[in-house]
Amino acid sequence: MVSPTKAIVWNESQTSGYLAQLFQRTRQKRHWVDKIIVYLLTACSVLVLLPLLSILTHLVSQGISAINVDFFTKLPKPVGEHGGGMANAIVGTLILLGIAMGVGVPIGLGAGIYLSEYANHRFAMVIRFVNDVMNGIPSIVYGIFTYVVFVLPFKSFSAISGGAALGIMMIPIVTRTTEEFIRLVPNTLREAGLALGVPRWRVITDIVLQTAKGGIITGIMVALARVAGETAPLLFTAFGNRFWHSSLMEPIAALSLQIFSYAISPFDDWHRQAWAGALVLIAIVFIVNILAQYFVRRQARLLSPKK
Amino acid sequence: MMTENIMDKKTENLTREEKRQPPTETTQMMPSTDADPVKIPKIEVSGLNFYYGKHHALQNISMNIEAKKVTALIGPSGCGKSTFLRIFNRMNDLIPLTRIEGSILIDGKDIYDKETDVVALRRKVGMVFQKSTPFPKSIYDNVAYGLRIVGAKDRNMIDHVVEKSLRRAALWDEVKDSLNKSALAISGGQQQRLCIARALAVGPEVILMDEPCSALDPTATARIEELILELKNDYTIIIVTHNMQQAARVSDNTGFLFLGKLIELGHTDKMFTKPDNPMTESYITGRFG
Repeated sequence: MVSPTKAIVWNESQTSGYLAQLFQRTRQKRHWVDKIIVYLLTACSVLVLLPLLSILTHLVSQGISAINVDFFTKLPKPVGEHGGGMANAIVGTLILLGIAMGVGVPIGLGAGIYLSEYANHRFAMVIRFVNDVMNGIPSIVYGIFTYVVFVLPFKSFSAISGGAALGIMMIPIVTRTTEEFIRLVPNTLREAGLALGVPRWRVITDIVLQTAKGGIITGIMVALARVAGETAPLLFTAFGNRFWHSSLMEPIAALSLQIFSYAISPFDDWHRQAWAGALVLIAIVFIVNILAQYFVRRQARLLSPKK
Repeated sequence: MMTENIMDKKTENLTREEKRQPPTETTQMMPSTDADPVKIPKIEVSGLNFYYGKHHALQNISMNIEAKKVTALIGPSGCGKSTFLRIFNRMNDLIPLTRIEGSILIDGKDIYDKETDVVALRRKVGMVFQKSTPFPKSIYDNVAYGLRIVGAKDRNMIDHVVEKSLRRAALWDEVKDSLNKSALAISGGQQQRLCIARALAVGPEVILMDEPCSALDPTATARIEELILELKNDYTIIIVTHNMQQAARVSDNTGFLFLGKLIELGHTDKMFTKPDNPMTESYITGRFG
């Protein structure tokens, strides 16, 4: 047998004979390693689904019994009384998310466009770094910051301050995804626009943003989903309210706050309602995502080579 | 309204030029030994130097480009053809750390003058790129975009210009029933003609083409070449190409660039049969490049 350790002169036939032997010898092993890797990867992907599925089944089994018409239309009942609902919290969450989008989307979008289209290298690096740091700040810190800046001067907890806290949290995510997706737009498309005598800002709004729209909207949805369930930033800002708010400058109810206070209460009825609230919260995020996907897809008709 | 005026003026110009052209045409049919064959310069380039940072990309180029003719720029990759082409609509302005010297006159006006309106220049000097670049819009909106951008609202006028441009680009018959279809859904050759139609819609006088057929199959290439021959009746065309046969087929004049220098410029017939410069000859016959 030819052994690689012996000092021999390798010629064509010896080399190919040796390689063929090696190939034969490792065949079985390669086959098994291949199988094992595939099983491992499949197992990992199942493990990704597992928490989501178990959370969903648990939520549904615990919360579905408390979901009825009252839950969507009535205010919470006082302690000790059965029934009631979370109508004010559901509306409150939607309002807070609306305000958050009003704050986070324009700023994040603008910063993302600036970073990808205009910023010079060093300045962009600084902004990008700050942005990443912002993304890592614990949400309670955003709450305290907003409390100092928006709540103390007005001497009142308010929907505006809660929305602003969530909006500020959205900024880094929106900025980052906007920048990344705008970078994916081929430069030839920009040049084609400019060569047509289109001013730069119109090239950005009409061509670049149009092309990157799907990704940008997905980024906004991710940010929205991330802040929709936040409780900590709302503790010192929106504060929560057991009744309907009469203006945006007053404390406002939010599902996450309501879930929090019901979950730590000693009443079974409230526990069930907390589960139901969590279910509704997830449903809201889910529906918003599906709606966004639908609109993106409708628009994407023009982007795809199909049809 | 405005665009219509421009179009009227263009046809007016056309008739005037046509009256002037026949004598030129006949003189050109005869083999000429002129060093400079250009009779009616649309563009005059003199002493052009262009730098990317320290790299001297275009070196002391002077040439005239004849009105309503096709001028081909040939040369090996990296010789500066595309850089040169992008000088004419100031596309190189977008690249940081570039510097330009010399003068480029279009209709006698220096386009690198401080007072030049770059947006207006680019409407006058249209461009078609190597890779077709349809915008993510419908076929109709792609062509109409250049009009809407200046505020055109009259639907009838836009319809008119869109149809006219698509007809000129020999695309109308293929897309007239699907104008609302995505521009990305048509074939590569059709996309390239759409880009030509889009450039025509804003009423340019000069059209720059940067290897417009390099991504197309032979059939689509033949259609674009026919189109170029058609368009030169009305437009001054400068085309960069890697394809010698293409340059020979479509152009009236050919310029050979090598390492940033204009080696030779002359009638295409002459350049491809008996060029003055031995380098031109060896490039054209495929001995280098």
